[in-house]
Amino acid sequence: MNRAELRRMAEEERERQERLRCRIMVCVGTPCLTAGALAVLDSLREALGESRLDAEIEAVACGCMGPCSRGPLVKVRPQGKREIIYERVTPDLARQILFSLVKGRRPPTVSALPADLPFLARQTRVVLANSGSIDPGRLEEYVAAGGYGALAHALHEMTPDDVCREVTASGLRGRGGGGYPTGVKWNLARKAPGERKYVVANGDEGDPGAYMDRSIMESDPHRILEGMALAGYATGAEQGFIYVRGEYYLAGRRLEAAIRAAERAGLLGSRVLGSNFNFRIDIRTGAGAFVCGEETSLMASIMGRRGQPWQRPPYPAQRGLWGCPTLINNVETLAAVPAIVSQGGKWYGGIGSAASKGTKVYALAGQVEMAGLIEVPMGTTLREVVFDIGGGIPGGRRFKAAQSGGPSGGCIPATELDTPLDYESMERIGTIMGSGGLIIMDETSCMPDVASFFLDFCRDESCGKCPPCRVGTVEMHRLLRRITGGAATMDDLARLEELCELVGATSLCGLGMTAPNPVLSTLRYFRDEYEEHIIQRRCAAGVCTMAEAPAGPDGEALLHAMGVAGEEA
Amino acid sequence: MPHPESKQQTGIPPEMAADPRFQAVERTIKQFQCRADALIEVLHVAQEAFGFLSDELMGYVARQLKVPFSQVYGVATFYHFFSLEPRGAHTCVVCTGTACYVKRSAEIVTRLEREFGVKAGTTTEDGSLTLSTVRCLGTCGQAPVMVLDGETIGGCSPDSATAAVKVLLESGRPPTIDDGRSRRRRGGGGTP
Repeated sequence: MNRAELRRMAEEERERQERLRCRIMVCVGTPCLTAGALAVLDSLREALGESRLDAEIEAVACGCMGPCSRGPLVKVRPQGKREIIYERVTPDLARQILFSLVKGRRPPTVSALPADLPFLARQTRVVLANSGSIDPGRLEEYVAAGGYGALAHALHEMTPDDVCREVTASGLRGRGGGGYPTGVKWNLARKAPGERKYVVANGDEGDPGAYMDRSIMESDPHRILEGMALAGYATGAEQGFIYVRGEYYLAGRRLEAAIRAAERAGLLGSRVLGSNFNFRIDIRTGAGAFVCGEETSLMASIMGRRGQPWQRPPYPAQRGLWGCPTLINNVETLAAVPAIVSQGGKWYGGIGSAASKGTKVYALAGQVEMAGLIEVPMGTTLREVVFDIGGGIPGGRRFKAAQSGGPSGGCIPATELDTPLDYESMERIGTIMGSGGLIIMDETSCMPDVASFFLDFCRDESCGKCPPCRVGTVEMHRLLRRITGGAATMDDLARLEELCELVGATSLCGLGMTAPNPVLSTLRYFRDEYEEHIIQRRCAAGVCTMAEAPAGPDGEALLHAMGVAGEEA
Repeated sequence: MPHPESKQQTGIPPEMAADPRFQAVERTIKQFQCRADALIEVLHVAQEAFGFLSDELMGYVARQLKVPFSQVYGVATFYHFFSLEPRGAHTCVVCTGTACYVKRSAEIVTRLEREFGVKAGTTTEDGSLTLSTVRCLGTCGQAPVMVLDGETIGGCSPDSATAAVKVLLESGRPPTIDDGRSRRRRGGGGTP
């Protein structure tokens, strides 16, 4: 395929869509499938077939629309009219919607989301631009939305240097949590000497409670492929790997199909878009190890080994996969690249705050009215995200904390609700941006128990290579369990703080270095809760076992039953 | 590990060569041209075909990829996904990610453990049910979530989860292979 053919494909698909009277998009992302989206899609297709309307109206399986807690979501896009999104759609309701369309009646208003719903209206969608409006299984739809245009433009009009410059100008920083300037990384990989180079997309989204990458891979797989190809062109790599988390079965299959479709169309493989650039992408599937999100462990895993990290420097951009220069970027970072190349780094840099440019996708979950995936400019305050976009805390309860950054991050208390969400501000208040999971907690959450939950996670996921992390996380978890179990003394708390410092300073990789963060940040803002547990043996949230309220039949060992089989503190 | 067949160049023990499940593993190995870095991909396929990784199976993979058995064993035990023991006829996986934790998925685990007499991560004595936990399925919007024989169920409570597992065990429904299609076939059965 060359540029003219790409343009023709886009035009033909656009014309096809315009000929249709209406397109009904059913979200088939994992959350909506869980809620029964497939039955909705089947019933729509059946009804269309029965009434012979297939030529006029199309039922499309599309990607994530955002408000995942309200699934299955259905978006109705009548030609030339305002689109409507329906929540919690049943197969029956789907048929009703369809027949109102056919008969020209007013569409049902039950379960229709208001058009000005802040959850939808207050977002700035760059990475998620196509999510929920194209069928991830059809290359044509991505191309019709302007897809692969950036790659075609770069291959024919730009030098690899230009591409790097554009990415640098955009101010894009690593979206996996590190926040390292992407342009600098690309330049390093480009300048590194080596016959063979690699590009790796990190889709091992291990942070519990974060699912931006899964959603992007499922909803818009071609965007990632295009971003990787651009990275390959810019750095001089001809081979790319996408490392997909093992739990994300559907994402892996959709990426696989997308790679095949792109190869058939000549958008990947040899002589991409009629140029001299060759680029091939392979998928590697993770097997359930959190540490593999760390770049050196991830590379070990791609090479078929145990996912254990190694000492840096040399950095992957100098010596990575099989000793060759390797560019590793998070899936979300790469997904932002096509938009940056096609619309310019300056445009992207104009969004967001001074030091943190662009947009960030957050997975909003936990005790919040409307949970789901949102994309907002960097620097949006937490209050806006939780109360305006997320609709606040359900059940009239009070906001207590937002957990960001997963096991490497920390908790943001109510006093810091007006903190802008960007790299610097979040670091200042003792947490990290991380991959973008935001778990909202209300007063039913107990902070020492939250810290214990994350330390249990780190203890379990520690790869065992370096002793500070291997031994330290076990010991920290033991101390936390003493606190939540009502057996701790103030000495234990002092020892815990001492250990936090030691483990953070001496561990080999990111997992160990950041493992103390959940403890440190909860201690910083909720020290009184720790002391209450130790001195008064009381858990105000009623989570821990020594709570004053008598434990009911289900009350015993509520939280410590997981992952600690056969181990007693 | 003693492997009497290891001297054979073909590497396939005769009693296993007749097994059709081997073809899937063999195909994957060939697809990756017996490269050692395909080890994890091959183990994925092997576990999918056989349900677990036996010593024989790992020995076979080691010979085909020309890596030491210790490396295969090391990888198989490092990653949570691989199981060296057969799983029960039915599987129940409860998500214990942060969003599910905040919505008290631990209570679901405790309840299921007590109700069915099985510890998380193990199989019941009669081999009917394997209960395990997972670190986030990325379905946080529907928390708390569990997966029954490959079918994801959102918005669980200890009661609804117990009921759903009971129905599954009593239905006599043959276990579905977790091939992703089963995951998409039906949805939301156990939502209260």
